[in-house]
Amino acid sequence: MSYDLKMRLWRGDADGGELGDYTVSVETGEVVLDAIHRVQATQAGDLAVRWNCKAGKCGSCSAEINGRPRLLCMTRLSDFDESETITVTPMRAFPVIRDLVTDVSYNYEKAAQLPSFKPGPPDSDGKRRMAQVDVERGQEFRKCIECFLCQNTCHVVRDHEENKPAFAGPRFFLRYAELDMHPLDTHDRRELAQGAAGIGMCNITKCCTEVCPEGIRITDNAIIPMKERVVDKKFDPLVWLGNKIGIRNKDNDGREDLGA
Amino acid sequence: MVPSTGSGHRSTGSTQGATDPTTGDWETHDYDVVVIGAGGAGLRAAIAAHDAGAKVAIVCKSLLGKAHTVMAEGGIAAAMGNRWPEDNWEVHFRDTMRGGKMLNNWRMAQLHAQEAPDRVLELETWGALFDRTEDGLISQRDFGGHRYARLAHVGDRTGLEMIRTLQQRAVELNIDVFMECTVTDLLQDPSTGAGTGAVSGAFGYWRETGNLVLFRAPSVVLATGGIGKSFKVTSNSWEYTGDGHALALRAGAQLINMEFVQFHPTGMVWPPSVKGLLVTESVRGDGGILRNSEGERFMFDYIPEFFKAETADSVEEADAWYEDKKNNRRPPELLPRDEVARAINSEIKAGRGSEHGGVYLDIASRRSEDFIKRRLPSMYHQFKELADVDITREPMEIGPTCHYVMGGVEVEPDTGVSAVTGLYSVGECSGGMHGSNRLGGNSLSDLLVFGRRAGEAAASYAAGLGAAKPSVADADLDAARQRALAPFEGGGGADSGHAENPYTIQSELQESMNELVGIIRTAEELERSLGAIERFKERARHLLVQGGRAYNPGWHLALDLRNMLLVSESIAKAALARTESRGGHTRDDFPGPDEVWATKNLVVSLNADGTGVDLAEKPLPVMPDELKEFFQ
Repeated sequence: MSYDLKMRLWRGDADGGELGDYTVSVETGEVVLDAIHRVQATQAGDLAVRWNCKAGKCGSCSAEINGRPRLLCMTRLSDFDESETITVTPMRAFPVIRDLVTDVSYNYEKAAQLPSFKPGPPDSDGKRRMAQVDVERGQEFRKCIECFLCQNTCHVVRDHEENKPAFAGPRFFLRYAELDMHPLDTHDRRELAQGAAGIGMCNITKCCTEVCPEGIRITDNAIIPMKERVVDKKFDPLVWLGNKIGIRNKDNDGREDLGA
Repeated sequence: MVPSTGSGHRSTGSTQGATDPTTGDWETHDYDVVVIGAGGAGLRAAIAAHDAGAKVAIVCKSLLGKAHTVMAEGGIAAAMGNRWPEDNWEVHFRDTMRGGKMLNNWRMAQLHAQEAPDRVLELETWGALFDRTEDGLISQRDFGGHRYARLAHVGDRTGLEMIRTLQQRAVELNIDVFMECTVTDLLQDPSTGAGTGAVSGAFGYWRETGNLVLFRAPSVVLATGGIGKSFKVTSNSWEYTGDGHALALRAGAQLINMEFVQFHPTGMVWPPSVKGLLVTESVRGDGGILRNSEGERFMFDYIPEFFKAETADSVEEADAWYEDKKNNRRPPELLPRDEVARAINSEIKAGRGSEHGGVYLDIASRRSEDFIKRRLPSMYHQFKELADVDITREPMEIGPTCHYVMGGVEVEPDTGVSAVTGLYSVGECSGGMHGSNRLGGNSLSDLLVFGRRAGEAAASYAAGLGAAKPSVADADLDAARQRALAPFEGGGGADSGHAENPYTIQSELQESMNELVGIIRTAEELERSLGAIERFKERARHLLVQGGRAYNPGWHLALDLRNMLLVSESIAKAALARTESRGGHTRDDFPGPDEVWATKNLVVSLNADGTGVDLAEKPLPVMPDELKEFFQ
C-alpha cells in the first residue's frame, strides 16, 4: 500500500531558511526517515539529515516532527493520518548547521567537563564483584543513546542560550547519577553536580523524561535522587552538625570529594 | 597546528586548524597516529596509542558514539570462566577456528582467545556495567558455536555499553576527535617505493563545511568497519561503504577472505522500512527456536556432518541443554550463523516461509514475559515500536540479512600492520581472524584485542622514526583535492546529458549485489554481477551532485560510492574464483567444501591501472603442532 505524503521540511543554514513543500510516495510501515530519504534520493540530493543505525539505537536522527522532539527513525507514518502534512524542523536548542542537522557540540563540551569513573583496586583475583541489583540502577541510565532530545527539550536552555555555560542538562545529570550510584566509584561529584553542572536550576517539570526514546525515567530515577544527595550533603542539619563535631559520615567512606 | 578546544573534541570544521596559504585550500594537522573510525576498534586503538605516548587523532564520519558498534547486541566473547570454570582460551580458540571452518589465521585466533578476558575486565575498570552472576562476577551468556556460555553482556545492548565506555575513556584522556570528517585518500612518501610507499598521512573533508583537511602522520590505523551498504538487505548503516578496505587497496595493501560475507540468520523482514534490521542471536541463546509456516522446528533437518557430534538431535535433548549443559548437546538453532542462515534460506525457497517471506523465531511460547523483557529489552522495544509485534506473545518474522564481512586487509597478526609501512587495520576492515565465518560475540572481542595491539604498534613505529618522518608530495595532495571535488564537475557527463545521480547508482548496486552475490551464489550470476559492476563503474565516472559543499549527503555518497564499487568487485571476483562452499560463501554449483580450498586464501589487490582488482591465491599460514592437538 502506497500513498502520497505531503511533507514540509526546513531548509536552510545558520543565516536563515524556510519550510519547503515536498510530496513523496510512501509505503505502509515506513517511518518519517524513510520518507526523508526518498525526498533526498529523488528530489533534493543535498538535503542534510543526520542518521546512522535507523533502529533507535544510535540517537543520530533527532529532530522535531510537528513540533515534537523525536527520533526520525522511530516515528512511524502510521501515527499520522494519511492526509496530514508532516512538518520536520531541526532541534531548536542547538545552532543549525544545514537543513535538519544541528551543531550539538554543547553536549560534547559538557561531557568533557565531567570527571570520569574512578574505581578502587580490584579483588585479589583481579576481578570485581557487584550485585546485579546494584548495577541495574546505573544500567537504566546507561541505556541513554545520546540523542540529546532531553537537552533540546529542557526549558532551562531551550530558549535560554545564556544558561548553557552554567547548566549541563538532563543527559549529564543522568551521568552524574549513574556514577554516584556506581557501587565501585570512589569520586564524590555531589558538589560538582550542584556547582558546575547546575542541577539546582532543574525544577523537575519532567519534559526530558517525556521525550526520552529509551523511556529512561530521567527526572524520577536520576535527577531527583541526585538533588536529594546534593541536599543531604550540603544542607542536612544533622550532617552539618556531625561534620562540625567530627562524627564520621559513612556516606563519604572511600570517596574523594572533587569539589564544586 | 591544532588549536586547543579544551575538550579534545571538535565537531566543527569552520575554525579548526591552519590553512597553509602556500600549498592549497586545506587545513593541516600533525599527529603521530591517525585512527580512521571511532567504533570499538578505532577507539581502543586510539586509547592504546595514546597510552603508549603518541599524539593521536580519531577521525570519524559520524558524531562520536554513533558508530556501528552500538548495533552489537549479544555480547563480548571471552573465556573468563565465570559461568563455566571448564572454559579457557584453548576451548575458545578451538570454537573460533571450527566456526571459521579452519580458514582463520591461527595466530590471530590464538591471540584473540588469550587476550579477550583481560580486555573485558579493562572495560569494567573504565566504567562498563555488565550484567552479573549470582556471585557478583560478569555474567556470560550462550551463543551459537561457543561451547560454553561465554559472552559478557549488558541485556541485549552490549555494543552501546562498549562504545560508551570507550568513548568516555577517550574523552577522559583528552584524545582529539575530528567528528563528521571523512578521509578520501591516504598519502604515501613516493621516495619509499612507487605506489606502496610508507604512509605519510590522510586527506579528507569536513562534512559540515565541505572544507578540506590534511593529516600528516606516519601511522594510520584503519578502523572503518565493513561493507554491508553494498547490499540491499543489510543490518549495516550508511557508513558501511568499505572505506578502509578501499583505502588500503589503493595504497597497495591486499585484502583476503573477501568472498566470505556473513548473512546473519535473523534480520527483521517486515515492515519494509526495517527489512534487514538485526534481531540478536541472544533470542536463540536464551531459548528462542525457529519454525517454518507448518509450525515445524526445522533446524534438526539441517545439522551438518561437521557439527553432528556436538549438536542435539532431539527436541528433548535440545531443550534440556539450557539447564544442563554437561549431559546434553547444544540445540541446532545455535549452530554457527552460516549454517542457520542457509537453513532458513532453504525453508523459504521450499515454500515453507512466513507471510512476509521469512520464517518464525519464537520465544513467546518458550519463556515468560518477565524473562523476555529482562533479557531482551531492546528486541521487545524494537518489535513493539517498529512492527507492532509483542514478542512476549507472538513469534517474530525473520530472515537472513547482510551483517558482516569476514574479509578485510591482510595484516600481521601481532601488530595489525598491512603490507604498507605505517598502515594498520583493525576490526571488521581487517581480515583473517574469523576465517570463512565469524562466531557471534567474537567481533566485539576482536575489536578490543586487535585495536589495542595495533594502537601500540602504530605508536611504537611512529616513535621509532624520530624526525625522519615520511613526507607528503604536493602532487598527491593536488590529485586528492581534485578527486574529492570531482562530483561537482560531473566528469564531463554534465554537458553531454550523461550526468548520474549517486543515489540511483547506489540503489541499483545494492539490488544487484543482493540478487547476484547474495547468500547462495552461482558462477553464472557472479559473472553477471561483475558485468553489472563494470557498467556501474563507467556510469560513476559521470556522477554529478546538486548543491554546495556544506553538509551535502549527495556529495558524501558520491565519494563513498567509489569505495563501494571497489569492494563489491572484490567480493564478486573472489566468490567466482572459490569453487566450493565454506562458511559465509555458498555456491549452488559447488555445494560442498573442497579439500583443495581448505589451505589457501584468495588475495585481492588493486590492478595495474587502478580501475579494478586482481586476484591471487596464497597458502594459509600453517598452524604449529601444539595447537593442532586441539583438533584431533
